[in-house]
Amino acid sequence: MKTYAFIIALTTAAAAAWAAEPIATLRGPTPLVEQGAAPTMPKVSNEDLRRLRNYPEQPPTIPHHIRGYQIDLNANKCLSCHSRRATVDSKAPMVSITHFMNRDGQFLASVSPRRYFCTQCHVTQQVTRPLVGNDFIDIDSVLSDQN
Amino acid sequence: MWSLAKEYWGVIRRPSVHFSLGFLTFGGFIAGIIFWGGFNTALEITNTEAFCVSCHEMYDNVYQELKPTIHYTNRSGVRATCPACHVPHEWTNKIARKMQASKEVWGKIFGTINTREKFLAMRRELAEREWARLKANNSLECRNCHDFGYMDFTRQSPRAASAHEEFLVSGEKTCIDCHKGIAHELPDMTGVPGWQ
Ligand code: HEC
Ligand code: HEC
Ligand code: HEC
Ligand code: HEC
Ligand code: HEC
Ligand code: HEC
Repeated sequence: MKTYAFIIALTTAAAAAWAAEPIATLRGPTPLVEQGAAPTMPKVSNEDLRRLRNYPEQPPTIPHHIRGYQIDLNANKCLSCHSRRATVDSKAPMVSITHFMNRDGQFLASVSPRRYFCTQCHVTQQVTRPLVGNDFIDIDSVLSDQN
Repeated sequence: MWSLAKEYWGVIRRPSVHFSLGFLTFGGFIAGIIFWGGFNTALEITNTEAFCVSCHEMYDNVYQELKPTIHYTNRSGVRATCPACHVPHEWTNKIARKMQASKEVWGKIFGTINTREKFLAMRRELAEREWARLKANNSLECRNCHDFGYMDFTRQSPRAASAHEEFLVSGEKTCIDCHKGIAHELPDMTGVPGWQ
């Protein structure tokens, strides 16, 4: 009898210790049955300063907000500023020539259908600390380190 | 028949014997106020958002699209209702708009946009009427709330400030030239200047 009690006590203690140990999951330490506080939503960066590209093929990140900008079959708000004819008034950089190329490398008269949905490649940035670090080194640094 | 009509005409023409001229004038004055008031109240009711969205044509399409936009919910809690953007506040304009609204009652009866498909098919035409109206009155409704004389350009984003400085101050463009589709989804924009 005594040994049974001892074993039960031991397992309960072990279970308690195990349960208390924080296991890092994506949803955080909040118990399953409870609803944790949602993290605050960071603001979209809107400072209008074009950002450095890490390599020449990188689609540049969008330096302005795009809230409510409609991109669908009916209208493309981005092109109302970034198209060839709009840039004089909007002061926006024109979409580059690659945006007029079809997959055979032919230049079309207007933006190619495969480049129509801008946010497929271009994204805004948020004013927040990155969740994970990044030790990317661009090619210039790699080359200069070799010398 | 004709003699009967003549008799009544005589009654109407005969000067009043029971009421003084003063009473009649005053009574007419009071009645005028009551009718004028009633007219105003009727206008007041038709000037509410609840009235506008009482028609499913307005409720199902444009109202649902307004909800996620900045004019329905924002950090300051000030919001724009349908009549704020669509019915001019000035008295004369108000009447003119109300006369045009009769066309909507016509549209309701004959079901010009009573399904989603019909609405989408007609949307470009409806939007164009609104653009033309706002262009003609220099975006009066927008300026009722947003007076650029009080806009602090230094507090705006550089993109907004430079556009406003160049085109708004000079009067070259008006709000609706640049801010189409701020409250609802846009129709097919092919051919609209500045769009493609
Ligand atoms: C009202 C005009 C306007 C609209 C609409 C607009 N942009 Fe821009 N965009 C600009 C301007 C002006 C710049 C230059 C930097 C700045 O002032 O923000 C820019 C910069 C950019 C850049 C950075 C280019 C570089 O070389 O760094 C990208 C990418 C971009 N926009 C993408 C978009 C996308 C995608 C959309 C649609 C979702 C869009 N823009 C809508 C005006 C606009
Ligand atoms: C398939 C991915 C893709 C799509 C879709 C796309 N872009 Fe790009 N964009 C790029 C890449 C990659 C670059 C940088 C290299 C280049 O210029 O081709 C770029 C460059 C740009 C630049 C900078 C041009 C310059 O000369 O500085 C602008 C502005 C831009 N894109 C706007 C747009 C707009 C507006 C749309 C939507 C109509 C769009 N892009 C759609 C990939 C894309
Ligand atoms: C009787 C139902 C009904 C009510 C109430 C109503 N609408 Fe409409 N509305 C319609 C219909 C139907 C049309 C399409 C008219 C047509 O076929 O030309 C329309 C069209 C419109 C248009 C398109 C532009 C135009 O000139 O045709 C606007 C803007 C509009 N309504 C705003 C409003 C506002 C603001 C209110 C409230 C003050 C309102 N509506 C109340 C049924 C209604
Ligand atoms: C009833 C008053 C009212 C009317 C009428 C009105 N607005 Fe606004 N508008 C507001 C308020 C309130 C905000 C949100 C302010 C905030 O909290 O940032 C706003 C925001 C905006 C913004 C900023 C959008 C953004 O994403 O930051 C634009 C652009 C705008 N309005 C344009 C217009 C135009 C164009 C019209 C005319 C068709 C108009 N407004 C009519 C009250 C109004
Ligand atoms: C020449 C084009 C142009 C005209 C005309 C214009 N705007 Fe703008 N407006 C812009 C651009 C570009 C932005 C920045 C992009 C955005 O917020 O989508 C902007 C942004 C705004 C904002 C948000 C400001 C901010 O810092 O976020 C408000 C509010 C606004 N406009 C109201 C108006 C009103 C009201 C009028 C008419 C009196 C008007 N605009 C006329 C181009 C214009
Ligand atoms: C902030 C101003 C604003 C508010 C608030 C607003 N509208 Fe509009 N509405 C517009 C503008 C501007 C247009 C012209 C088309 C466009 O640019 O999207 C328009 C167009 C319309 C049209 C024509 C069809 C279309 O989508 O183009 C109808 C119908 C309409 N509005 C009804 C309403 C009703 C009903 C409400 C209230 C639930 C409302 N609007 C609230 C500004 C506004």
